This record gives sequence, structure tokens and C-alpha cells, in this order.
Amino acid sequence: MMRSRLHVPRPPARPGEKPDFSYVALSPAGAAARPDPNAPLNDTEFLSRELVRVLDDDHRAVGPWDPHLAAPDLELGLRHMMLTRVFDDRMHRAQRQGKITFYIKSTGEEAVSVAANMAMRPSDMLFPSYRNQGLQIARGRNIVDLMCQLLSNTRDMCKGRQLPVMYHSVEGNLFSISGNLATQFPQAVGWAMASAIKGEDHIAASWLGDGSTAEADFHYALLFAQIYKAPVILNVVNNQWAISTFQTFAGGEGRSFASRGPGYGMPGIRVDGNDFLAVYAVTQWAAERARMGAGPTLIEHVTYRAAPHSTSDDPSRYRPKDDYEHWPLGDPIERLKSHLIALGEWSDEHEKTLVKQCEEQVNQAWREAVTHGTLTDGPQLDPEIMFQDVFKEQTPSLARQRMQLAQELKERAQK
Amino acid sequence: MTQMNMIQALNSAMDVMMARDPGVVLMGEDVGYFGGVFRATEGLQRKYGEHRVLDSPIAEGGIVATAIGMSLNGLRPVAEIQFADYIYPAYDQIVSELARIRYRSGGDFCAPVTIRTPCGGGIRGGQTHSQSPEAIFAHVSGLKVVMPSNPYDAKGLLIAAIEEDDPVIFLEPKRLYNGPFDGDPNKPAVAWSSHPRGDVPEGHYRVDLGVAEIVRPGTQLTIITYGTMVHVCMAAAEKAGVDAEVIDLRSFVPLDIETIVSSVKKTGRCIVAHEATRFGGFGGEILSTVQEECFWHLEAPILRVAGWDTPYPHAFEWEYFPGQARVIAAIKATMEAS
Repeated sequence: MMRSRLHVPRPPARPGEKPDFSYVALSPAGAAARPDPNAPLNDTEFLSRELVRVLDDDHRAVGPWDPHLAAPDLELGLRHMMLTRVFDDRMHRAQRQGKITFYIKSTGEEAVSVAANMAMRPSDMLFPSYRNQGLQIARGRNIVDLMCQLLSNTRDMCKGRQLPVMYHSVEGNLFSISGNLATQFPQAVGWAMASAIKGEDHIAASWLGDGSTAEADFHYALLFAQIYKAPVILNVVNNQWAISTFQTFAGGEGRSFASRGPGYGMPGIRVDGNDFLAVYAVTQWAAERARMGAGPTLIEHVTYRAAPHSTSDDPSRYRPKDDYEHWPLGDPIERLKSHLIALGEWSDEHEKTLVKQCEEQVNQAWREAVTHGTLTDGPQLDPEIMFQDVFKEQTPSLARQRMQLAQELKERAQK
Repeated sequence: MTQMNMIQALNSAMDVMMARDPGVVLMGEDVGYFGGVFRATEGLQRKYGEHRVLDSPIAEGGIVATAIGMSLNGLRPVAEIQFADYIYPAYDQIVSELARIRYRSGGDFCAPVTIRTPCGGGIRGGQTHSQSPEAIFAHVSGLKVVMPSNPYDAKGLLIAAIEEDDPVIFLEPKRLYNGPFDGDPNKPAVAWSSHPRGDVPEGHYRVDLGVAEIVRPGTQLTIITYGTMVHVCMAAAEKAGVDAEVIDLRSFVPLDIETIVSSVKKTGRCIVAHEATRFGGFGGEILSTVQEECFWHLEAPILRVAGWDTPYPHAFEWEYFPGQARVIAAIKATMEAS
């Protein structure tokens, strides 16, 4: 007799087991066709099942998605990714040394942010998640400013109110990062709707992880984006893991996350997230589509979270230690570097110089950032600042509380 | 001045603001072509176009989230949540996002969104069309929360809310849409045309947030209330034959503590009345403030009149509703104490 049986998904390998990525459906580089960005949905639906890849095993750019980027652009992309990685490593260490309370690395996912940003315009509005520091760096944000945020010091853009990594920049068109998941996705759609209402040419883009697609906000975003044909690019960074929760618990088993797109009536593209050129190409396609009024695109970046979820996480408790070494899509920095070498535009010497430059830049920035204070040393934020910006103007009751705190601090200082 | 009911006054407020500011857009379920289930947006899509008066999917979280996004891009959205009872899918976007965007970004970003939503009972709406959730929004730092009790205030407050650079939760006591209601469901309905506050200017004017109004001056007792209960308390005070001062709060955040405190210091007796459930209700906040500020002026314990701590039951609406009898009993108890 047949009976219903509860299916509880499992990752393919646990600690001590052999990594197994046979579940990741791959397409050869250059194999996926590139439809017109304005093509009917049926003519783009295959993109949600295949994997758009440009860089082949010989590190050559092949197929219709090759964006034909000039060598200086490729070098710039490599530089941004390298700086992101060096920055991540240094800040992770700063947390381990007790200089900052918390950090989140994006190791292995640098292309997802850097290539996407390079395929958009600086006037486009970005709604990042907490693992998109590549966007901040590729948009030319001063890394001293990023560090001051991490330190919650006197030059912290968030005035000491946000957990480290929750950056923002008005001039950089980078929206404030929330600690709650997926909330930025439908907000980006609203921003894009306003752009269309005003008849402007700017588009919006947002990012979230595979795990966050389980939130209702993900579905609101797709629904509203498609209904109003909002000029927005919605990115799912499928890095396989949401802390210890494998992507199958967000519904990644059987159907790709990209396939949610056609379900709502918009193209969904599954792209090799560790292939700089492929990420650039699909973002460019989606941006063109948005700007011509054809509507939103959902992009699933297939990648791997090489780092722990955060400095508070220990992935060796739930996945094989050597998992990332077996990840079939490699490392985004290594792959772009090999491509540049294959083009004759790069060498190990260049590489060494670049790493050194990035390290020097980061170290120098850190020395400058700490002069503005750390949580324990140097200049400190005035605690009364906590009563600002609750509202545009302080209400009488907040003013009273501010005075109460001032009195408390005065008494504390006298003791 | 024109005679308006509360719906017409709200409609006029949005009309005035849409004409003055091309950034004002309306959105919500049924608000566009149809003009809203309570008709508050009637005619506005025809007048301002479907780009500025948007029909939305039945997804309150999506409505509020996209309104936030629009506000970040220079618009001033007025989102309607069809019933306050439906607002909870949007609670995360309201509490964790809307309320905190200015704060968390160190003042660099702000989200001037107004959320209009009909609240309160008295229309046989049962437990999913009658709730009064003011306390759960007033408790959240970063939100301004208001509730008018008449057409004049409704229009002026809504204009002020739309002009605010901070987010505002604008609660509309739906039992008052068509006329003042003194709590007696057996009496024939009264129209706003018979009420002085049904006279509403046609153009732009503001009723500032954070300013309560003494709607009935008195010396013996202060009744602090808002929304539908303003009219119930006025009638109850009349019937009880007590020289009661009735304060219409109009605004929960910011709260007009000064008006409350000076009244209670004068009368020495105080009742707080609301339709919402009693436990954890906004009345508790008022009561604490009065106790802290006026303790040595008090002649009697402060009492609360409220809805029972049950969901709003369909069949027992008038047993649930804190009508005149419950208010009068509290008045007597307060007056007889000490």
C-alpha cells in the first residue's frame, strides 16, 4: 500500500563525508543561447534551467553571452574583486583580534557583486544584502568609510546604530542594508516603480540569498515587479547555504531558483556566479531589458559560500571542511585571472603587485579608520546621538529622555 | 466651508495634496478604478491617472514595501490597507524597515510614507474587521500614529501626515465615516451635516500631529479618549451630569502630554477610554503618564474603559463595545472615590 511520507531534505555531504556536487546541473561554457532581451517569455524560459557560462576550461571567453570586455575593464574587475577579498580577510582578522564585534565575508562570491555593478550605471539604485561588499568597493566607496562603519566610530555613517557591514551611501546610490532578510527586495521594486512613474531612465537592482527566497518579501517583489513591469533586476545569490540550512530547504531541490521567474511571468536566468564575464553579460541583458520598458528579470547566481556565514558561525559543524575545494565552478578571482593570462594581458608578476597594492591600501585605510576611534579606544561617539534621527525633529518625550541620559552619564563620570 | 462626511474629507485631503505635489501617489487594494471599498479614493484615478492612483495586489507586505521603495525615490506614497485587521502581513516592513530607515542610516535616508487604514468596530465586522491596533504601532519607535474623530480633523491631519517627512500610521475609525456615533446602535444614524466638525474647508489646511484637543471643557473630571469613543464619552458625560473635560488625543505619537497633564492637574480625576482591548492597550501609557506627572493632584484612582480582552465578537458586538453605560459607570466610580 502506498502511503504519504514526510520528505526532509538533506545536503549531499555532512562533516567527515566526501563532498558531492553532482546535484549542480552544469552546462558547457558558451552552450546557452542568448535571446533578445525583449523576447517573449517562452523564448527565454530555457535560461532558468541551463547555466549561462562564458569562460571555458581553457579560460577562453566563448559563446553568444561573451560581453567582449576590453582588457582594462577586465583588469578593473579583477582589481575590485581582489580588493574585496583582501578587505574581507583583513576585517575578519580584525574581528578575531577583538577590534570589531562582527563581520561577514563574501569570499568566493566577489563576481556576483563586482561584475553586476560594472554592467550597470552609477545612477542606478542598488539594494544590497549583507554579503555584497563588492558593490560598495566597485562603486568606489572609500574603504575608510566602510571601516569606520565596522568600528561604530565617530565617523560611522550609521552613527553607531547598526551592526557592522550594514553600510549605505546616498551619493553611491547604495541603500541602507537591513539585518532582516529579503526586506530590500520589494523595496527595490518600489524604487523602480517610482522611476517608471517619473519617466526616468534609472533602474534598480537587489540581492538576496537562496535561503531568503523563502520569505514572503521575495514573492511580493516578483509579483509587484512583474505586474507593473518595474525596471528592476532581482538577484538570488544561491551560495548553497543559509547559515547551516542547505538550499533545498528554500525549495532549491528539483527546480532552480531562477525558475521562480517564469512562474511569475518574467525571465529567470541561471548563471555561473563565479564566472565574471557571465555575470556581467546577464546583468547587462537584464539592464537593457529594464531600460527598454520590458520589465524585470530574476537572476540566480550559482555560487558557493566559501566563508562561514559570519564570524559567529562554524561551518565545520554542518558541512565537509574541504567542500569548497570540490566546488565545480571554481573561484571567481582565479578564473578571471586565468582568462587575463590566456589573453596575454596578465602574469604572476602583475598578480603579486596587485595583491600587494590591495594589502597596502587596506592596511593604510585601517590605520586611518582607527584614528577616528574604535569601540574601546580613541574618540567616542556621544551617546546622546542615539536620540537623533528617530524622527526628523526630536519629539518632546525623546528630548526628555535625552536629558535623563545626560544626567545619568554625568553622575557616572563623577563616580 | 463645505459639508463633508469623513470619507469626503479624506478624499479631499488626498485630492488637495495630489494637486499640490506631483510626488503624491496613492496605492492599495481596490483604490484605483473602483475608488476604494469605503470610497475614500473615489474619482482620484480618473483625475490624476492610473500611474498616480495604483490598484495593488492583495499583498499588504508588498504594498508597504513598494511604498517604502517609492518614497526612497522621491515620491510621497499614501498606501491604503483596506482594514487595519489586514495590516499584519506588512508588520515587518512597517516595524523593522519603515520606522527605522531614517535612524539606521544616520539620517541619510528617510521614508515619508503615510499608511491609511480603517479601524475600530461598530459596523458588525466581526473579529477580522473591527480591530484597533494603535498600541502596537505607537509602541514602535520611529512611527507617528494618529486617529481623527471627525471630518475636519481627518482632512487636516491627513494633509499634515502626507507632508510629514516621517512615516505616519493614519487610523480611521470607520464607524465615524458617515456620521458621529454616540455608542447607541438603536438610535437612528446621525449625519455629519448636523455636527460642527462636518464643516470642512475645501482647500489646504493642517491639523498638526501631536496636538490634542479639548472637545468639552470641564472642571470635575478629565476623560482622555480618541476616535469613536470621543462621541461616546461626550454623550456619557452629558448623561452623567458631571462637569467633565473630554480630551480628544488625535495623536498617539507624538503625544500631547501637556494638554493631558494640565487638565488632570485641574480636575484631579481621570478616566481613559478606548475601544481597543484593555490589556497592554494605549490607555496604559496614558495612565502611567498621568500617574507620573499628576500623582499629587489626583483625588481618585485613574480608571480605564476599554474593549474586553477578547477578540471582537460578531454576535456580541454591543456587549463588547465600551458604550455609554460602561463610561458612565466609570465616571460614577471615579466621582465617588475618596
